[in-house]
Amino acid sequence: MTDFGFTLSCSSTLDLGKVDNDKFEELCRLEPGAGVCIGCGSCSAVCPSARLSGMSVRKVLLAVRRGRNVREMLQCCMLCGKCTIVCPRGINTRNLILSICKLYDD
Amino acid sequence: MMTERFETGFHPFVLPFLAGMVFVLGVCALKAVRVVFELNKADRKKWLLSLLRPDLILKNILDIVLDCLIHVRLWKRNRVLGFMHSSIAFGWFMIILLGHLEVLMYCPERLSTFYYPIFFDFFIEGGQTAVISRLMDAFLLIIITGIIIAFIKRFWSRIVGMRRTARPSFLNLVGLYSLWAIFPLRLIAEQYARAGDLNAAPWWAYSTALCVFMTVLPFTRYLHIPSEMLLITMRNAGVEISSPHRGMARVQADSCPNCGVCIDACPMNADPANLRHSTVYLTRQLRRGNEARIREISNKCMLCGKCTSVCQVGVDGPRMRILARATEKYRINLHFAASDVDSSAIGESGGGKSKGALLYFSGCMSQLTPKIGRSVESILRKAAVDYEWMDRDGGLCCGRPLYTAGRLKEAAELIERNEELIIGSGAGTLLVSCPICYREFREKYRLHGIRIVHYADYFCELMDRGRIRLDKGDICYVYHDPCELGRGCGIYDTPRRLISKAAAIAEAPKSRVESVCCGGSLGSLSLDFEHREKITRASLENLYASRADAIATSCPLCLTTFSRYSDRPVKDLAQIVDEQIIL
Repeated sequence: MTDFGFTLSCSSTLDLGKVDNDKFEELCRLEPGAGVCIGCGSCSAVCPSARLSGMSVRKVLLAVRRGRNVREMLQCCMLCGKCTIVCPRGINTRNLILSICKLYDD
Repeated sequence: MMTERFETGFHPFVLPFLAGMVFVLGVCALKAVRVVFELNKADRKKWLLSLLRPDLILKNILDIVLDCLIHVRLWKRNRVLGFMHSSIAFGWFMIILLGHLEVLMYCPERLSTFYYPIFFDFFIEGGQTAVISRLMDAFLLIIITGIIIAFIKRFWSRIVGMRRTARPSFLNLVGLYSLWAIFPLRLIAEQYARAGDLNAAPWWAYSTALCVFMTVLPFTRYLHIPSEMLLITMRNAGVEISSPHRGMARVQADSCPNCGVCIDACPMNADPANLRHSTVYLTRQLRRGNEARIREISNKCMLCGKCTSVCQVGVDGPRMRILARATEKYRINLHFAASDVDSSAIGESGGGKSKGALLYFSGCMSQLTPKIGRSVESILRKAAVDYEWMDRDGGLCCGRPLYTAGRLKEAAELIERNEELIIGSGAGTLLVSCPICYREFREKYRLHGIRIVHYADYFCELMDRGRIRLDKGDICYVYHDPCELGRGCGIYDTPRRLISKAAAIAEAPKSRVESVCCGGSLGSLSLDFEHREKITRASLENLYASRADAIATSCPLCLTTFSRYSDRPVKDLAQIVDEQIIL
């Protein structure tokens, strides 16, 4: 209608009213560390798979929080555990990843 | 002169003994048959054929005598425990053997009764004058000495050098007390008979104790007595665990005598709450089939392998746990190698090089500790070695973390991909600085003649050939044996030789096979940060006890973990060598 001035577009990523929290809550039961993540991205910075595949634990956890399916995002994890070593919050990220692997259907 | 007291050669008190004997032989035979049928075809064939080979028959007999009867390995570890166990095992065996000999000599027609050798003094008069009888008395006294030690150990384990012992279950206690009762009761019954008093009551008690012990045997830790013999023949035949519960895993679980040596050895005992994850409890839960606990124990373990290295019967705890992890169902598979990633980016720096060159693989963990890679590079340059660094800019994981997490198929995919890269590079030698990768390369990779070498071995060779010379500094290092390099690959001496050439070296109280895991191990899936910290601190305390100025190790993971809490410098072997090279 208007082809000038400013418009408000819907958030492309987040609508808290529609987020399905079930998976995330289940994940927090399996690995309590999921709840203490501050999203610093250290895990993604050291990931040996990131350079080759774009894998990012931070993004995966964020996507779980937003109720998305992360199947595609996790496939390239090699479980090397570097993310666990660098995590400033002491989260057992390997267990986090394995727990997420149990959560989602195909 | 020996005479038979009863013409019939029978008394009702032998019935409990006979019933127990028939029961225990029947159950053990069934269990053995089940295990043999649970083996996969190749293993079963291997085992059956091994029973026909004379050299292996000899080895089996020798191992059974040394391990099951004399407990040589336990003697080497702890003399009091060794005496306690061998007195009961060997003493009892000798009493049974001599008892049969006695019957064979004086009344061979009674040998078919089974119970004559056990209750000889009741049925035969005058046996106590014979030499054999004296010998048997001596063995009985040795056994009773062993039982007295066992009794003291039960309530005060430190006196035999054990901080902690396994908690016995109810049935185990029944077995234990009936075993203890057998020998004093035999002594009392024999004294009655020798004094001419044919009161059957003590003999009833003796026979009942035997019956109770043999009835509970298949359901308690005492199953290790028959099971260990089967285990020895299978191990000598080269059978390995290939299923988490069945076949070889079942024999090993049944062979665990619950001695509890692994409890004191486990690095997780830094926090007593984790004692319940020791291998002794894994074998117990495997026998009970308690899946929830098996999973919990399996996921918690760091797979440092110390329990296996101290185990008296050779229970392979880590392998059992990895296979138990492999039974876990995941809905997402980690198909890195099969997924659509840009493969041209992998190993580009190492590809297409001339034959015979050295290919250096640092592993992903070394990317967190760039000083290791830099030092290795510097040493190679100083020694004028022609090399290529395969994963300088990142590469694929070796696959061991996936393997230890029980994701065997996905690990195999990674391995296949790496094999292609390494073989494709045309290198003749693969130099590895990370013990985790090194072990995986050695155990799982098929590299068609490419030599796989850990840098400790390689630098030692360079030093021996005079390609590098080391200047002895005045810092005193204590060397920490990484689990995967020491217990995993048996490399203990070359790192120490290098350090002793480059600096002074001290030994920690627990080193080599007894080395305490740094706590950073990738083996554990569920161990949390707080517990890991406790393990690291306990491991550091052990190293501090050597009073060294600095800590040396040869694993990037140990280096990172120790650096976090250590109050003195922690260095990698490559750094030390690089610093002390004389140009």
